[in-house]
Amino acid sequence: MFQIRFHGRGGQGVVTAAEMLSVAAFLEGRHAQAFPSFGSERTGAPVVSFCRIDDTEIRTREPILVPDAVIVQDPTLFHSVDVFQGLPDSGYVLINTSADYKTLHIDGVMGRFPPGHARTVPASEIARVHVGRPLPNAALLGGFAAVTGQIHMDSVAEAIRRTFPGPVGEANVRAAWAAYEHCRS
Amino acid sequence: MNQTVKFYQTGTLTVGNRLLDPEHRTVQASEERSNAITCGHRACQGCGEALGARYAIDAALKAADGNLICVNATGCLEVFTTPYPETSWQLAWMHSLFGNAAAVAAGVAAAQRVKGRNRVRVVAQGGDGGTTDIGFGCLSGMFERNDDVLYICYDNEAYMNTGVQRSSATPGGARTATTPAVGEAPGNVFGTGKNVPLIAMAHNIPYVATASVADLHDLEAKVTRAMGIHGARYIHIMVPCPLGWGSASHDTIRVARLAVESGLFPLFEAEHGVVTSSRPIRRKVPVTEYLKPQKRFAHLFRPDNPHGADALARLQAQADENCRRFNLLRAEEGK
Amino acid sequence: MLKQIEGSHAMAEAIALCRPEVICAYPITPQTHIVEGLSAMVRDGHLTGCEFINVESEFAALSVAIGSSAAGARTYTATASQGLLFMMEAVYNASGLGLPIVMTLGNRAIGAPINIWNDHSDAMSVRDAGWIMLFAETNQEAVDLHIQAFKLAEELSCPVMVNVDGFILTHAVERVDIPDPEQVDAFLPPFDPVQVLDPASPMSMGAMVGPDAFMEVRYLAHHKQMQALDRIPEIAAEFKAAFGRESGGLIRCYRCDDADTIVVAMGSVVGTLKDMVDTRRAAGDRIGVVSIGAFRPFPLEEVRNALMGARRVVVLEKALAVGMGGILASHVRMALRGHPNRVYTLIAGLGGRPILQPSLNAFMDRVAAEPHYDVHFLDLREDVVEAEIARMAAERRSGPIAENVLRRVAALGQMMLPDAAVTGDRP
Repeated sequence: MFQIRFHGRGGQGVVTAAEMLSVAAFLEGRHAQAFPSFGSERTGAPVVSFCRIDDTEIRTREPILVPDAVIVQDPTLFHSVDVFQGLPDSGYVLINTSADYKTLHIDGVMGRFPPGHARTVPASEIARVHVGRPLPNAALLGGFAAVTGQIHMDSVAEAIRRTFPGPVGEANVRAAWAAYEHCRS
Repeated sequence: MNQTVKFYQTGTLTVGNRLLDPEHRTVQASEERSNAITCGHRACQGCGEALGARYAIDAALKAADGNLICVNATGCLEVFTTPYPETSWQLAWMHSLFGNAAAVAAGVAAAQRVKGRNRVRVVAQGGDGGTTDIGFGCLSGMFERNDDVLYICYDNEAYMNTGVQRSSATPGGARTATTPAVGEAPGNVFGTGKNVPLIAMAHNIPYVATASVADLHDLEAKVTRAMGIHGARYIHIMVPCPLGWGSASHDTIRVARLAVESGLFPLFEAEHGVVTSSRPIRRKVPVTEYLKPQKRFAHLFRPDNPHGADALARLQAQADENCRRFNLLRAEEGK
Repeated sequence: MLKQIEGSHAMAEAIALCRPEVICAYPITPQTHIVEGLSAMVRDGHLTGCEFINVESEFAALSVAIGSSAAGARTYTATASQGLLFMMEAVYNASGLGLPIVMTLGNRAIGAPINIWNDHSDAMSVRDAGWIMLFAETNQEAVDLHIQAFKLAEELSCPVMVNVDGFILTHAVERVDIPDPEQVDAFLPPFDPVQVLDPASPMSMGAMVGPDAFMEVRYLAHHKQMQALDRIPEIAAEFKAAFGRESGGLIRCYRCDDADTIVVAMGSVVGTLKDMVDTRRAAGDRIGVVSIGAFRPFPLEEVRNALMGARRVVVLEKALAVGMGGILASHVRMALRGHPNRVYTLIAGLGGRPILQPSLNAFMDRVAAEPHYDVHFLDLREDVVEAEIARMAAERRSGPIAENVLRRVAALGQMMLPDAAVTGDRP
């Protein structure tokens, strides 16, 4: 089982990101379970969502306390939320930012992950270019596919299209591909 | 019609009106009347509600050509008509709860719509407690959605079924079991009032009317008119309760008429939030004439009650304000 | 058709397949997505021949349902928590009138203190209201139970409540097989009520019943639920024959043969427990799970037969009878009366507290090692409650408990999860 935790703020599509990832895994014939951090958070409040991917039926209903990967949609969260909680040294981290670790005061934490396991990607910038709005969730899934190799980029693209039919979906797919290429480079 | 026959009930106990042309006769005058509430029910002698409900539902049944479903709130009417295993109802009738008749009727109406039974009409009915108090939320929701339901409130101005406790329809000064005629301000307090017909009008529903068992011809006409309209409709009928009001059983019609003639219970119709007609008062009587035959107001007339005169003045002021608001004292037009 | 879909939307699709004729609802978290989905299907023409009525309260929602069901329309509504309490009078009325309404309950805690998260307090508050109460373990089962529920309700003239864990199921996106319309039509015949409000054959419904007949009416309601003990497994078998899946039924046993310890639970937590059982079995612990699918009627005999051979029975329940203890546990003890099994009550997950494998494992270790004790609260913050109990002993002051507890939780730190859960290995 591979477990992913998404951190972001209400309005950034955090819940949708987990759902799209679960759809992408489903399209590959795998079992997936996505769920939000069950709350009544308003726009701007810290929000968490979860996604589990496995080859067999997923039965457990716990929140993900020991993730294999953490996706941070909003770098301003580092001040208020311990987004790394439970993440082992072998885990993956993907952060939506154009800043470096030092600027974000997380250079100490990031040092514990193996090479290639921790990446930043300017997903909001990429989304602004391709979608016209700084909604980073689809782009981050592209980055996730590149960094972890847990999912094929084609599946991510199809999941995005299913969630956002029409031109908006295509624009988000382009953003996801751009982030994918960014993280592969 | 060759001759206009004015229909006065004053001094009579009948509504035979067989002098009228057949098309102007009342539903009750017809041998084919449906007797929606048939004999054998357990209402008290002189019950205004039993009378009002029979006339109202018979008229509704006639207007719907028998295709009527009736939903009843908990209350006297429900209890005295359906002592298990008997029922007085000669139509499809249902009782669910005290406060939900309007909502249940909305559900029945929805079922008719979805089943394509376009000819079946729905009436909900309840007392003042089930309408102006505990059922008020459901009533307002039914109005606001403009559900195809005629809601009829039989107002006897207190919770008679449970032993005469105050409701929001109880007039100021009236004695009830929970507003006893003792202490500094005996009887019910004078609140701001809760005029549900006017609240119904504020929902802009197609039809609102008030009626009285003192004028059963008018009551039938209003029910018939309401049945000719689709959407949410409301009729508020004053029905004296000899037990709760402390009036003589044989005085039910007389007391109801005095309520109208004093101006305390104005008879009017409204469409889409606008008053379209009111029944003028032929001979206005002071409110004391209406209040005196009722023991619930007896303390207002006691010489040792320092507040009696003030309460009577306030009730008279309410009657006068009704006369002004609904233009009840105008000279009758035409005839 | 296999779909990766949110539980609420899957249920909405399943309910639409059952061809309801009247749907009425009042919004309450976490039920909203179900009725939003149905509302959209009525509006966009996917669900035809159906009236969707937005009402002004839950009391009105079930009252409209009572009216439409009495008039012969297949009727559905959904609610949760406070909404169920607000419609309580109508909940009893619907069953008393024998109306086959199907209602989804997105299980949620009851306040005060207000809490929108999952537990079973709402369902337990209506356990004696005369409704058949089914519990879903997964969203697949939630879908399947709704289809079975209409059949069961209409056969027995009894309302059915399908319980799905709020958020945990309603808001989870997972793989669900949505049946084909033809399959559902073949399984679920059109609603043909035994009695109906009809001007063509007038009858009075809801008459007053006095002491001379009320006992008989209630006895027959009980009898009807006893009949459901037969029909629930039969309908589940018919469902399996038609759809090829195990769903519903009275109880389901998982690895219970030869088990020394059996955990009894209802709803989605059974999935977590199955994972725990596999882990502990791998380590040599003879343990199993019994999932209660039907809480009303309560399958005393099936529960007894399933548990009789186990030395220890742990009843995990997401509700608390304040001043008494476990509710499901009381039922299980009733089933096991006269038998020597040790029954443990484990209160867990109240108000959405996560039920975690490490905490469950720690408790199971204690059960194996310690003598019998009764009510245990999983992951209770003992520092918080002890401090508050000490304060209450020192100064008598009435008032809400919640505010004091919140202050203490803030003072003692936000970490609501045991360290073991965060640092420990997952199974």
